[in-house]
Order: sequence, then structure tokens, then C-alpha cells
Amino acid sequence: MYKKILIANRGEIALRIIRACHELNLKSVAVYSTADEYSLHVKFADEAVCIGPPPSNESYLNISRIIAAGEITNADAIHPGYGFLAENAEFSKICKDNGFDFIGPNSDIINAMGNKAQAKKTMVDAGVPVIPGNEGVLKDAEEARQMAIEMGFPVMLKASAGGGGRGMRLVREESEVVHAYNTASAESLAAFNNGEMYIEKFVENPRHIEIQVLADSFGNAVSLGERECSIQRRHQKLIEESPSAAVDDDLRKRMGDAAVAGAKAVNYVGVGTVEFLLDKNKDFYFMEMNTRIQVEHPITEMVTGVDLIKEQIQMHAGHKFPDYLYNMKLRGHSIECRINAEDPDKDFMPSPMSIISYHMPGGKGVRVDSHAYAGYEIPSYYDSLIGKLIVHSPTREDAINLMERALEETIIEGPKTTIPFHQAIMKDDTFRSGKFDTSFLESFEYNKEEKET
Amino acid sequence: MPGTFYTAPSPDADSFVKVGDSVSEGDPLCIIEAMKIMNEIEAETGGTIVEILLEDGQAVEYNQPLFVIESS
Repeated sequence: MYKKILIANRGEIALRIIRACHELNLKSVAVYSTADEYSLHVKFADEAVCIGPPPSNESYLNISRIIAAGEITNADAIHPGYGFLAENAEFSKICKDNGFDFIGPNSDIINAMGNKAQAKKTMVDAGVPVIPGNEGVLKDAEEARQMAIEMGFPVMLKASAGGGGRGMRLVREESEVVHAYNTASAESLAAFNNGEMYIEKFVENPRHIEIQVLADSFGNAVSLGERECSIQRRHQKLIEESPSAAVDDDLRKRMGDAAVAGAKAVNYVGVGTVEFLLDKNKDFYFMEMNTRIQVEHPITEMVTGVDLIKEQIQMHAGHKFPDYLYNMKLRGHSIECRINAEDPDKDFMPSPMSIISYHMPGGKGVRVDSHAYAGYEIPSYYDSLIGKLIVHSPTREDAINLMERALEETIIEGPKTTIPFHQAIMKDDTFRSGKFDTSFLESFEYNKEEKET
Repeated sequence: MPGTFYTAPSPDADSFVKVGDSVSEGDPLCIIEAMKIMNEIEAETGGTIVEILLEDGQAVEYNQPLFVIESS
């Protein structure tokens, strides 16, 4: 087992990893930019090293400074968290070259899953259902046009190196194909240095369902159930839940088996998430695999009782996971609301203010993962996530009511937050029915003044 | 940047500077080593070395002061 882990991240996830280190009795090293001098992850870690000024490329994205911090503290492993360098194949390799275990996959696996066209091909070979489309990359815009006619519209043109919605174009008519191909390819070339494209049938208003996979270094892999992540605004998740109201035991088993087959096909080790689209006919298609711990991991922890970060560290340290993880049954229902320092009345404009008063909810079934505190100054240089509010209850309806109670008890004065927005969603009939898809927030009408009266 | 502070260019060489020395802007004062690369740190101002704030081989982080120099 490791003696000391350096956490190459900040905010709530750094705190989460430090907590797991404390429980595993190993030392933790925090790295921080000058903007995070008073951050909780710096206070809670056993050691802390300042690695640069606020801008991310001079601090949390700066590989040489992070490695240097690991050297002077004699860390034996580096945990990248999520975002920042978590899925950077170069960072994974450099950690290894400099004698640090990387708590994440090796660079080959990151590259394999990071190249979307290649990942899709790997899944096809493993027998995992994928969205109908071409194989590999398109030769040119003309091939895209031919394939689109063959498959039938609407189609999605996607950049192989793309992500987060970039390099993607939805095409509904033949006349638009060539222009869409050229602009998407140019966008991807500029952003990711790679203009390769592939084409897929467009799945109309799918649900986004992802499977948590855990794999040890002995070739064993399990599925820890699904997470429903369809409540998204501009491809950013806001509310997640487990299990999904759309998934029954049979579908859960089939999706879980597919995700495990995909993970085994690339000899995956550690925690990973396989994302699927679920269409109206309950057919599921592989979308992509995330080779890191995810923001929404707590809801899986609540319904399975598994500590994903501790298991992740132990997998990488060479442990086999315990037998009880096989045939895991999900227990109860968990929901997570991401509390962002954003103003929902002003198109979610970021609100990086000092927190004047701060009171988190408690009681049965309530969990808060947050690095914030009264007096904390939210820096403007990083993302707006202040904390995650998670509830766990025997049924979905109970969990929604519990989330309403917890949101009402939550006090954050200073910055504007998305709390009122979450409250409005919890009251919404469509959300409560469980019958929604990724188009939910597009048509959701949020009117704060109405709710207050 | 973070790294290890060394007072001399190599283990058996003399220190770059000692207290009381006069330095000009741009003179090398110490080495900060990171990832096996020796980075020579130069004086930002000319003057006299009043104090050396770290010991040879000590770990250093970003923004940490290294020398006190009285400008001439």
C-alpha cells in the first residue's frame, strides 16, 4: 500500500481524496495555487506545497510543478481527481517515468478511450452495442454525405478527438452535410490538433445513463449499477440519481455486462464509467468511457455502500476487490444536486463572492461533499462548484422529498447559488414522474419570482 | 517553482554566494532542482546579500523568499 499520495487537484474532490487517505492511514500532500492558500484541502492534507500563481496552466495544469512537488515531499503516488490532468495521457506517463504510481489508467488506455472513433471500434469488437454509424474515421465530407443518405437523417457528425460538445454538428438535411463536416473538422483541428471525423445516427432525446465500473489488476471487473444523468444544461450535469427510473433489473444487468465487457477489452484497472444513450425503445448504445473518478460518484456510494475512492486507491495498489462487490444489489435511491456559485436568474452567470454565512443540512440520509466554509472566498479562476448535496432514501419519491427538505435547510449567503433552481426542479411534475430525457432542461421553465410567492 | 534549493552549482563546488557578498542583477545565486533539471536562479536586483533564508538541500515552494538583498 502507498505511504503518501499527492493530490493533483483542488476543491471538493481534493478534500474527498484526502479523507480517503486519512481512512486508509496514508499521508496526503496537497498542491495549491496562491488563490487557494486558504482552501480546505490545503488545511486538511498532511503536507501542502504551493505550486504557482492562480492561472491553471501555471498551477493545477502544470505538470513539471506538480511532479516537483511530489519529489520534494517523497510522495509515492499521484491522484489526479477529475478534470485538470485526470485524463491527460502525457501526465499519466510522466508520473510513471518519474517514479510515481498514477491513480488512474496508463497512457495507452487513456489514449485508446480518448480517441472516440477508436474507442467505438474497441467496443464493437467487444460486443458492446454502439450507435449505428461508420467504422473508424471518415475519408472526407463526401463520404459523410453518402453515409448520411444511407443511414437516414438526422445524423450527428462528431470529431474523433472532440469532447464536451465541441467538434459536433447535428445535420438534418443532405444539403447541410458538407458544410457541417468542414466546420466541425476545422473546429476540432484548432482545439484538439486533430480534424478526424466520424458519423452516427442521431438518437433523438435520449436518456444519458452511465455505468460505474470497478476493475482490479487481476482481470476482474464489476458493474456497480447505473447513474441517471439526463438533467443537463449545455452538456453539463446538474442533478444525478441512482438508480434510474427508466432501468429495470433486466436492463441493468445487460448494461452492466456490456460495460464490464468494454472495460475488460482494454484491460482497465481502477474506477471507470461507461456512458450509454438509452433511446425510447430502451435500446442502449455506447457513447464514451470516462477513465477517471466522476463528480457524481457519491450517489453510487450511497446505493452500494462502497467507498469508490478507497477502492480505487486499493485497486491501484494491487489489491483484489472484495467478493461482496460481485452481484451487488442497489439499495434505496440516491439523488445529488450540484451546488454551483452561479445566478440562475442571470443565465447562470458565475458568482465568485465571499461566503458570508454557511449552514449545511444534516439528519438521516443527508450527505454534503463540499470544500466551502463561512468566510471562504470563492476564487474566480476555477469552476463554480461549491459543493454537492446528496440524499439517500428507501424510494425515489422519498428521496425527492428529502432533497426538498435538505435544500430548504441549506444556507449560503454571499454568492448567488443554484439552490433555488434545484428547488424548482424537485417540485416539477415531469421530474417527479421520472419520465424525462436529456431535453428536460431545454423546455423547463424556471421562474424564481413565481416560486417565491 | 517548487523544487530543492542548492547553494552551490555542484555538490563539491563552492557556494554561489555567501552573506556579505556584493551581487549584480542577473548574477546566479542558487539552483532550484526539479525533475532532474537544475534551474539557476538569478538575482532580480543588485546589492549586498544580507541573509540566505534556506539551507542547502531544503525543499522550496512557489512564492517562497530565498534571499534578502540590500539594494545598493
